[in-house]
Parts: sequence; C-alpha cells; structure tokens
Amino acid sequence: MRRVVVTGLGTVNALALDVPGTFAALAAGRSGIGPLTFRDHARLTIGIGAEVKGWDAAARFPQGLPLYDRVTQYALAAGAEAMAMAGLPQDLGPRGGVILGTAAGGIATWEDSYRAVFAEGKARVSPLTVPRLMHNAAASHLSILHGLQGPVLAVASACASANHAMGLALQQIRVGAADVILTGGTEAMLCFGGVKAWEGLRVLAPDACRPFSLGRKGMVIGDGAGVLVFEAEDHARARGAAVLAEVAGFAMTADAGDIVAPDADGAVRAMRLALADAGMAPGDVGYINAHGTGTLANDRSESAAIRAVFGAGAPPVSSTKAMHGHAIGATGALEAIAAIMALRTGILPPTIGHQAEDPDCALDVIANVARAAQVRAVLSNAFAFGGLNAVLAFRAA
Amino acid sequence: MVAMRDQIEAAVIEILAEQLLLTPADVAPDARIGDLGLDSLGKVEAIFALEERFGIAIPFNANDAEAPDEAPDFDFSSVPAIVDGVARLVAQKPT
Repeated sequence: MRRVVVTGLGTVNALALDVPGTFAALAAGRSGIGPLTFRDHARLTIGIGAEVKGWDAAARFPQGLPLYDRVTQYALAAGAEAMAMAGLPQDLGPRGGVILGTAAGGIATWEDSYRAVFAEGKARVSPLTVPRLMHNAAASHLSILHGLQGPVLAVASACASANHAMGLALQQIRVGAADVILTGGTEAMLCFGGVKAWEGLRVLAPDACRPFSLGRKGMVIGDGAGVLVFEAEDHARARGAAVLAEVAGFAMTADAGDIVAPDADGAVRAMRLALADAGMAPGDVGYINAHGTGTLANDRSESAAIRAVFGAGAPPVSSTKAMHGHAIGATGALEAIAAIMALRTGILPPTIGHQAEDPDCALDVIANVARAAQVRAVLSNAFAFGGLNAVLAFRAA
Repeated sequence: MVAMRDQIEAAVIEILAEQLLLTPADVAPDARIGDLGLDSLGKVEAIFALEERFGIAIPFNANDAEAPDEAPDFDFSSVPAIVDGVARLVAQKPT
C-alpha cells in the first residue's frame, strides 16, 4: 500500500484569499465573521456570517464566469494555489484526479433561477443553470482546467463532505488508482435561501461562534474552499517535491441513530479507527482540530468522545470555526489546512470567542490565543448531520 | 382575552401532540416539555407550527434550551410557559 503525502495547499475563505493570509489570521486569532451583505440579508433573523471578502469574480474569471457558481469559483482559486504550491506538471492525465466535498453545491444558482421564474415572472432561466448548480461542477472544472482524467467526483455528506472526500482520495491513491488527487471541499451557502433554511433549525448564533465555551449560542455559517494536493509519496519523492505532511489515516462511521442529534459513540469509533489506520497511539497525537460547531449538542458530545478516546490527558483541542465560520461541506478542508499549519509551524490555532470553561467540555481548549507546541501528529474531526463521522490523521513529514 | 388564551392553549397542545404522535387529551395543560419526550427536531417543528398558526416570530435558539442560569429568549419548558410566551407575542402584533 502506497503512503500518501500532502504537497500543496490552497484556500479561499473569510479570513483570506490564500494560504499565507489564512495561516497569519489563524495564528493571530483573527475573526472572519461579520455582518452579512448579500441580497435580501435584512429579511433574515440572523445577521452574521463568515463571508469571503474582496472577491472580484469578474477579474478572476474573465472567460468562464457564466459557467461558474461561486462554489466553483472558490474551488478554482484554491485549486490553482494548491497546484502552484505543489509544482505539479500539467500532464498528469489519467493518473490525476479530483475528489471534492460540497454540501449545497450551486445553491445560489438554484435561488437565482427560482427567483427569476417564480418571483420575477420570467419565462426562462439561463441555459447554463444545470451545469452551474450540479454538485460536481467544481470538481469537473478543476479536472478540465488541470487536465486531470482519473477519478473525479463530488462527495456530499453535509458537514463531513470535505473529510469524506479527503478520505476517499487517500484510499484511491493507496490502492494505486491515481498518483495525485486534488481534494478538500468548497461551499457557497451564504445566500438568502441558504441562511433561511439554517435559521429554521434554530442552531445559528446571533453574535459569535464560541465553541466549547459556556454561553455558546450555536454556529455561524461560512463560505470558502480548501484544496489539498494528495500525492503518492513515491511520486512526490521522485519529482523532488516538498512534502508538507503525511496523510496518515482516515476512518468513517455512521451513528445510525438520529438525523441531527450527534451520538458520541459514532465519533469515538471514528477517532479510534482513524488512529488505527494511521498506526498511531492516542498518546502520539499532539493537537486535535475539533468539529466544534459551537452548538450545545455537538460540543458536549464531541468532548465526551475525545475524553473516551484519549482519557484525561487528551491533547490540546481547538475549533477554528470561530474564525473561518462553519463552511459546511468545505469546513473539513479549511480545518485540515489549520491542522497542517500546526504540524508545519508549531503554532496551534486558537478557539477564539471563548468566554469561560464549560464543565460539559472538559478538554484542554486552546482558548482565544494560539499556543506554541511542536507536534508530530494531529487529528481533524468532522461530524455531520445524518450521523456521519469522518476523521483524518496527519503526521509531520 | 381569556378566550384567546384558551385558544392558544388548545393550539399549543394540539401542535405538541401532533409532534409526539399523541392525541391532545394525552398532553396535560400543565405538562413539562422535558417529561413529554419531545426531541430537538420535534421542538423546532412545533415552534414553526406555532409561528405559522399565529403569524408571529418566536425568538427561540436551541442552544438556549438547557441553560437554566440565564433567562432564555423564549421559555419552552412547559405548556403554560409556551402559552404565556405565544400570548405575549400575539398581543405585541401590530394590529
């Protein structure tokens, strides 16, 4: 079985439009959450989100813009950065692939087309509506732009989409189906209909995202994309690529219980299986990038699960969602980038907005300020609605 | 006003009963929600139904539900508390 490494990173999110800016914001504990600005936002109850700022789509995509929903635009920008960082040749062909997570796909395109025919009484919608909104649009455009002709698909598992996508990418390379896969996730759910739908569940915070803190009021939705270059280690070494981290292990489990309420047992099994897949003992892990949504239910359940797996000496934990927001199907990719930052720089990113320790979340939470620590292995958790759990383990290169 | 309160109480009980797969007679007018076995989705569905029935917006956040030391925006702990809250929002509606 081939070992798999990360040789490139790319991102667009509420903190920055690239990896260096994102690293700087994560290390500084900066928040990307602010007032919503999209069309009709004033008709919503919730007024905040982690929007991508300063996004000039027309300047970035002078050619293909009519074909690209924002969910695709973000993925293309992140993918270009990751490809450039990896220094990959453009002739990977059938040995290259793309596996990207997204929960809502081109939701703003759905909204625009329904608005046109229902609210504005138009007779027709753009002929590009279907290719814009399909969940695989971002993955397919990345494959087209970079000539990647092997395994290309989208993965949809709500808030675990990106972790599931990266896990599949790892498995595809391990078994030899590809040498290189661009993987991660992309999401652009910050539009009127997207936030309206989330409001109905009554889990959005009106003020800030405060994972694991007393007084937390729920989640804050974010937009963005994270794309990581997963590459067979032998392939990376042969071309002299810089290796950023090893993708050491992955596991996925299902609660088979409630459609929204989390079950700690499913999370426990996913973390234990991911450690086993990586050949790691719990004591090897130096940092956990938690799912940490900032809801009462998730943070309590996840804390119990981490304690069950790691005991009282559990490693430091943070949820970077307090900074980049909950980017739903992309969030696992943003968090994998944060976890790799911890391995590369020795800076463990904080959980900002943390006000007071919650006895129900008895963990070593990295509260408000980043912590310096040399770590050799990290976990990145994702636990989705639908009872789906996906955990990745990374090891220092 | 009393008639209005009775109407609201009947509606609250009917909507809760529907979510609990019970008949309205099985939901006592002084029942506590925690004792009824209503899950989190049932709760937000009941709130949605009350908002639609009375044309109000209920300021409920699921993350407030179990924080006993601070007053929640909307008290969803018992049938009488819900009836009081809905009655207050109905009275505040612009006429």
